[in-house]
Amino acid sequence: MSFFKKLKEKITKQADTVTEKFKRGLEKTRNSFSEKVNDLIARYRKVDEEFFEELEEILISADVGVATVMELIDELKMEVKRRNIQDPQQMYSVISEKLVDIYRGGDEQPTALNIQPNGLTVILFVGVNGVGKTTTIGKLAYKLKNEGKTVMLAAGDTFRAGAIEQLEVWGERVGVEVIKQSAGSDPAAVMYDAIQAAKARNIDVLLCDTAGRLQNKVNLMKELEKVKRVIEREIPGAPHEVLLVLDATTGQNAMSQAKTFKEVTNVTGIVLTKLDGTAKGGIVLAIRNELNIPVKLVGLGEKMDDLEEFNPEQYVYGLFASFVEREESM
Amino acid sequence: MAFEGLADRLQHVMNKIRGKGKVTEADVKEMMREVRLALLEADVNFKVVKDFVKRVSERAVGQEVMKSLTPGQQVIKVVKEELTALMGGEQSKIAVSNRPPTVVMMVGLQGAGKTTTTGKLANLLRKKYNRKPLLVAADIYRPAAIKQLETLGKQLNMPVFSLGDQVSPVEIAKQALEKAKEEHYDYVLIDTAGRLHIDEALMDELKQIKEVTKPDEIFLVVDAMTGQDAVNVAQSFNEQLGLTGVILTKLDGDTRGGAALSIKAVTNTPIKFVGMGEKLDALEPFHPERMASRILGMGDVLTLIEKAQAAVDEEKAKELEQKMRTMSFTLDDFLEQLGQVRKMGPLDELLKMLPGANKIKGLNNIQIDEKQIGRVEAIIRSMTKEEKMNPEIINASRKKRIAKGSGTSVQEVNRLLKQFEEMKKMMKMMTTMTKGKKRGFRFPFM
Ligand SMILES: Nc1nc2c(ncn2[C@@H]2O[C@H](COP(=O)(O)OP(=O)(O)O)[C@@H](O)[C@H]2O)c(=O)[nH]1
Ligand SMILES: [Mg+2]
Repeated sequence: MSFFKKLKEKITKQADTVTEKFKRGLEKTRNSFSEKVNDLIARYRKVDEEFFEELEEILISADVGVATVMELIDELKMEVKRRNIQDPQQMYSVISEKLVDIYRGGDEQPTALNIQPNGLTVILFVGVNGVGKTTTIGKLAYKLKNEGKTVMLAAGDTFRAGAIEQLEVWGERVGVEVIKQSAGSDPAAVMYDAIQAAKARNIDVLLCDTAGRLQNKVNLMKELEKVKRVIEREIPGAPHEVLLVLDATTGQNAMSQAKTFKEVTNVTGIVLTKLDGTAKGGIVLAIRNELNIPVKLVGLGEKMDDLEEFNPEQYVYGLFASFVEREESM
Repeated sequence: MAFEGLADRLQHVMNKIRGKGKVTEADVKEMMREVRLALLEADVNFKVVKDFVKRVSERAVGQEVMKSLTPGQQVIKVVKEELTALMGGEQSKIAVSNRPPTVVMMVGLQGAGKTTTTGKLANLLRKKYNRKPLLVAADIYRPAAIKQLETLGKQLNMPVFSLGDQVSPVEIAKQALEKAKEEHYDYVLIDTAGRLHIDEALMDELKQIKEVTKPDEIFLVVDAMTGQDAVNVAQSFNEQLGLTGVILTKLDGDTRGGAALSIKAVTNTPIKFVGMGEKLDALEPFHPERMASRILGMGDVLTLIEKAQAAVDEEKAKELEQKMRTMSFTLDDFLEQLGQVRKMGPLDELLKMLPGANKIKGLNNIQIDEKQIGRVEAIIRSMTKEEKMNPEIINASRKKRIAKGSGTSVQEVNRLLKQFEEMKKMMKMMTTMTKGKKRGFRFPFM
């Protein structure tokens, strides 16, 4: 069975609507990426050195990162040799197979959020400034509420001007309570309050916002460590998820972000935002490969319902949908 | 995947060449490969890299590098020169309209840092140029964006023009301009909502704001961490609006910032300022040469030196040195010295500017704790004049009082006193060692 058939089979087990939405959401990403590959494959009659050079550029332009691209290209070359591939048409499945491979690195890690069946689940959001932490919290609150969960938000960004009000607006939009203190207060104290409130009100999921911070600011990273410690102390096993929010527009620095935030807060998953733009966020491939942090959610816009769960198969399927359909019709 | 700077990358090639006695065209080609990789790792767009490497190759093969005795250094020199030239001269000026108010429009993607930068720019205009700016809240979309600008306005004690989030940004801009004319503001700074360059409706809105306000400056605010997509974003904003300048934000992070080169190459608009922190005075002029060094991973020595010069009062430094020599260095002097070091900015940032600092093992883990320094200062401040002059007299009950007064512990007071003793011993050694020779002043921390 071909790789795509397997992929498709796997996906059809998942809800069709989600896949469809994913496909639509990724339209721009897909168009530019798959169009480029499409165009490449159409222009070449033979898989040769130049073909690989152009493919390398396409991958680099998706911010996959030099080291990962080199690795990928080497493996593709080997595969091509092994299977004695000459016709560029055959490259569709080889490329996507390798992409999924690199992303998964062999083991299947759950990409679903670790939501406790009973009792309070605490999710901590971390990341640099402006990546979309607060917006993602608003969107996730909406999603969870629609799934029948009770949700509460903790306004842990006490630093940036207007940050508390921003989260409050989201709270109103979604219809969930926001626990806050005044601007400038200790974020750890806000978390403490929020946990007590969530416990008292039997809340299912508490989403904790934090101020954006650049990963090289030692003191701010220490502050974050403290915030996490307070949560750990109040609820054994919490936070159940620490989600690092990454902006798809970010280049190679995202790796440095992932490394440092993982060291300090033991990140369990990534939210890749702003995929509705033209950037691809290819660096998550390298992050998954090197640090073993999976992408769990993707942001596809600024509206309440512009958040999707991430599933690598779906992602690659979305990316190569037109090829898959073509392959099937052949 | 630690990113290597260009110098490290070229080292590998140089080791191979060494001993051969001659640099061949193939060697140059290999060096160019390293140049390419270094730039790609720094997030310079691949197309821009391609053109750039081509140009450098020509210079390299044609004499300059091949004939040189130090081809590696020569390559770095050529690359840096070309890079600096591409980046343009220093142009950290803001337009002044001869029919005030001067209108400045801030545009860019979501989360780039427009609102904060608007506040910083207003602060700069008032502080450095003595101008009176009006801040305009035209982001009606992002929740609490208006509130954010209003809070900044309050911090700066500056007026913010807002019509809430139910009036169109075009109308807001128009009315703000009228008010500014009536009330004789020098500048109107319009903070627009973040938007995707491919969002036609919202890009149209910007065109309309441009239409009604006839801005003298349109600044594209870009996150310095932006990757390959920077060219698409910058090109698109430029084509649709005609940018007059670029402001790079979050450059206080550890990104190489190759986007700067990409943006400059595709828009040919000057990068005017860089954002260096979250505080409202953290906006600095753009220095092409420093940016070139940074992209190539060569450390930012110039910035460091400049900061030291700005912070250290020459006279005071001499005085301190004199005291060190005569051993009359007191805790008061120590306090003063701490203050001078702190004026240079956050210590961990200073360390990062040292070339090669990122290569020293463990340096990333060194925690230079500003709070710790703050505590040391508090302890010294809680001492009496006499205690500061003669720390020997500080007995147990005095220690208790000092700890209480500074909100620290007796252990911390002890530690400080011990450190101070050590320092004096060290100074004694240093001064005997350098006696007679004229030596510059050194910070004990560095
Ligand atoms: N286009 C787009 N914009 C987003 C997305 N997520 C967040 N944003 C925008 O990015 C900006 C910064 O988001 P915010 O949540 O304030 O970032 P934070 O500083 O990390 O909390 C806001 O203008 C958001 O509306 C996304 O998935 N797509
Ligand atoms: Mg936020």
